[in-house]
Amino acid sequence: MRVRLDIKRQRDAQSAPYLQSILYESGDENVTLASALGDIDAGGFKDTDGREVEPIIREQSCLQKKCGACAVVVDGRPALACGTRLRDFERKGYVNVGPLRKFPVIADLLVDRSVIFSQLTQLGIWAENALPCPENTDDIAYEASRCLQCGCCLEVCPNFCPGEKFFGMSAAAAASRLLEQLPPSERRELEKAYSRHFYSGCGKSLACRDICPAGIDTESLMVNSNAAAVWKFLGRRKHG
Amino acid sequence: MDGVIIIGAGLSGLSAALTLAEHGKRCILVSAQPSERAQSVLAEGGINAAADTMGEGDSTALHYEDTMKGGVYLADPNAVEGLTENAPMILKKLTELGVPFNISGGRPVLRNFGGQKKKRTAYAKSSTGKMIMSALTDAVRRYEAKGIVTRYPHHIFMGLIMSRKKCTGAVFRDSYSGKQLMFHGRVIVCCGGMNGFFPEKTTGTTANTGDVQAQLFALGTEFANLEMIQYHPTTIGISGKRCLVTEAARGEGGRLYIMRGGERWYFMEEKYPELKNLMPRDVVAREMFSVRRSADTEGEVMLDMTGLSAEVWQKRLPDLRCEIKEQLGIDPADVPVPVREGIHYFMGGIYVDEHHRTSVVGLYAAGECACQYHGANRLGGNSMLGAIYGGRTAAEDILGSKDTVQGGEPVITEQTAASVKLVREISDILSSALGIVRSEDEISAALVRLDGLRCGGGLDKARLSLARAMLMSALERRESRGAHFREDYSKPDEAMRRTLIARCKDGVTELYFRELPERRAQHEGKA
Ligand SMILES: Cc1cc2nc3c(=O)[nH]c(=O)nc-3n(C[C@H](O)[C@H](O)[C@H](O)COP(=O)(O)OP(=O)(O)OC[C@H]3O[C@@H](n4cnc5c(N)ncnc54)[C@H](O)[C@@H]3O)c2cc1C
Ligand code: SF4
Ligand code: SF4
Ligand code: FES
Repeated sequence: MRVRLDIKRQRDAQSAPYLQSILYESGDENVTLASALGDIDAGGFKDTDGREVEPIIREQSCLQKKCGACAVVVDGRPALACGTRLRDFERKGYVNVGPLRKFPVIADLLVDRSVIFSQLTQLGIWAENALPCPENTDDIAYEASRCLQCGCCLEVCPNFCPGEKFFGMSAAAAASRLLEQLPPSERRELEKAYSRHFYSGCGKSLACRDICPAGIDTESLMVNSNAAAVWKFLGRRKHG
Repeated sequence: MDGVIIIGAGLSGLSAALTLAEHGKRCILVSAQPSERAQSVLAEGGINAAADTMGEGDSTALHYEDTMKGGVYLADPNAVEGLTENAPMILKKLTELGVPFNISGGRPVLRNFGGQKKKRTAYAKSSTGKMIMSALTDAVRRYEAKGIVTRYPHHIFMGLIMSRKKCTGAVFRDSYSGKQLMFHGRVIVCCGGMNGFFPEKTTGTTANTGDVQAQLFALGTEFANLEMIQYHPTTIGISGKRCLVTEAARGEGGRLYIMRGGERWYFMEEKYPELKNLMPRDVVAREMFSVRRSADTEGEVMLDMTGLSAEVWQKRLPDLRCEIKEQLGIDPADVPVPVREGIHYFMGGIYVDEHHRTSVVGLYAAGECACQYHGANRLGGNSMLGAIYGGRTAAEDILGSKDTVQGGEPVITEQTAASVKLVREISDILSSALGIVRSEDEISAALVRLDGLRCGGGLDKARLSLARAMLMSALERRESRGAHFREDYSKPDEAMRRTLIARCKDGVTELYFRELPERRAQHEGKA
């Protein structure tokens, strides 16, 4: 396996970005972008201009697509570095890697995604009282709780721009757990916040569903939450 | 006083924060990464509680017995008593927070797990950790909004503030801005296991670098049972790490075998007719290691999950099936999966008493970084429980006592960036001696190699010193107990059924055994 990594780098928030190309080879056919970056960190790599490659600043944790830390932009699309197999680019010979574009860059591939989390607080995603235990397994709550808060959906969402009224799918996914679980009398505030910060701004293009690296069924979550928060009189669609 | 300082926002850190916040006590929740990235989200199989929803006549007393026996009687009996007694209450609380457990008839369904004779493990399909983390994160958010909990989610531990050998606060570095922050108050360390010492060899996250532990060790904090490292029997090698195949796969009917004389040999079922494939992890891992080495067997140990029903795959293990399909390109419902042992859990760690107090006044530890509950071997499903209960217990001790010391001076370790090369070298050396089967020769050779490594000062030196203490502890425990198997001392030695403490004093590591606490008469309450 042999591929050229064209990495968009940036020393710090103030510096101008630059491109660094590194030839990477591995005996492991399954090698992921995250592991390749790890190998590069270990040292001994030169870029195509013959310069020593400094460790590439980035975030990662689980290396198995379960924590959302390593989200980057790969050939123009957001993806998890640990879920990106380099063999998929071998034929083309190169792959472009850069930081997520909707968040401020701290350095190299590391971006500040704080807005994702502050939105959750602004939406008021919590329960004030003990939640009743359902009769059977709650598949909607399960699906909603799987969200990694990685931000890939925000990256592709045509309507999301950090700091504006519309919060995007990451917030909606988290909200949909409690919209499902809270008794109607206790979810008025959350319903209002959901309508204001999600429902009213979502164009339903479902770009979020197609990109979500966790494969979350964002459409079902949306249908369920919209029914709870907006279309109450239609009754709620339950997962099969 | 800024509040209680919690280092780490996984299960134990969140549990501590929630307990403090519910009592109106301010806390500062610091972590290198947000909760969503903590290792706790990886937990798959479930959490133990003798809630007996399956009508098997389970009890907290049986949970206690299984935990003590699984840990080969090296755990603090009073702490384990508290853990197992409180488990049903913790499960109830988690349900009230909305964790979407597998539920039937309004009660959590429990599954079989290793080392337990009853169905005792509550689960949410095969993503239990993620489900609990999402619910706990939401619960803590409520108090963030009220200003009771303040998060610092990209901040790295740099050192403690000390006043006459007592801990009065901690110092952090904002990894975005590089700025240094100092907070005053009592400290609960919840920083996870020492996975960072074993890159590519663990099922956990190397973002749990072990750097907090290294720094606390260098500061003279007592550590315990550092030789007790759990290998999970069923892991698969994927790019950059070992990936866990949850014990629930065996709990739901998965079987281990190896080829012998052209036939499948179900060695666990033959050797252990009672618990079969669900023996405690140390036993399964050692058996796998030995059958693979045996002259008459061929190939890898295989985990056969082809007998699991479509319903089990869909309702109980859906994420596991997707993961194996994606990582190995095979469907475990159709073909057996080759598995090997991988480093999975650190039973040893920062020494704590049953209230989670460390040897330093004002400093607490909980979760995987602390040595509590699991003795020489942890039972599956007991660590999430231990993390949640431990965080809570530390918080309760703080709520029940007063901050007496204030002021103090920061004691900061020079933050030499972990050189990936050095980390890999340390990992190779440790792995050569701290495998499933150990011996004096191997450990001594590793110590010599470790001493030959060149490193600067600061954090690198602290890392080396903790690595050295792990090897020394493995050498010192001249017996076999749980995860620590010495081929030169292959039996447990009752005289060594004691906690092995490692401490760094004036730059030199000293080791000593400490007696285990006596078990109090039941329901006498905590001292
Ligand atoms: C794949 C896998 C499956 C598992 N399955 C199960 C299961 O089914 N049942 C079960 O009971 N247990 C299971 N476990 C074990 C269990 O998940 C963990 O032991 C437990 O979640 C640990 O929680 P914790 O709070 O101690 O630490 P973690 O969740 O690891 O959190 C550590 C925190 O410390 C922070 N931190 C680390 N270093 C620093 C630093 N230098 N500065 C600042 N912050 C820092 C991190 O950012 C993080 O927030 C599993 C583990 C793995 C790896
Ligand atoms: S919905 Fe999917 S893409 Fe969006 S934050 Fe959650 S996991 Fe990431
Ligand atoms: S459906 Fe479209 S507009 Fe709505 S959140 Fe998803 S990507 Fe954004
Ligand atoms: S490192 Fe966790 S998703 Fe990639």
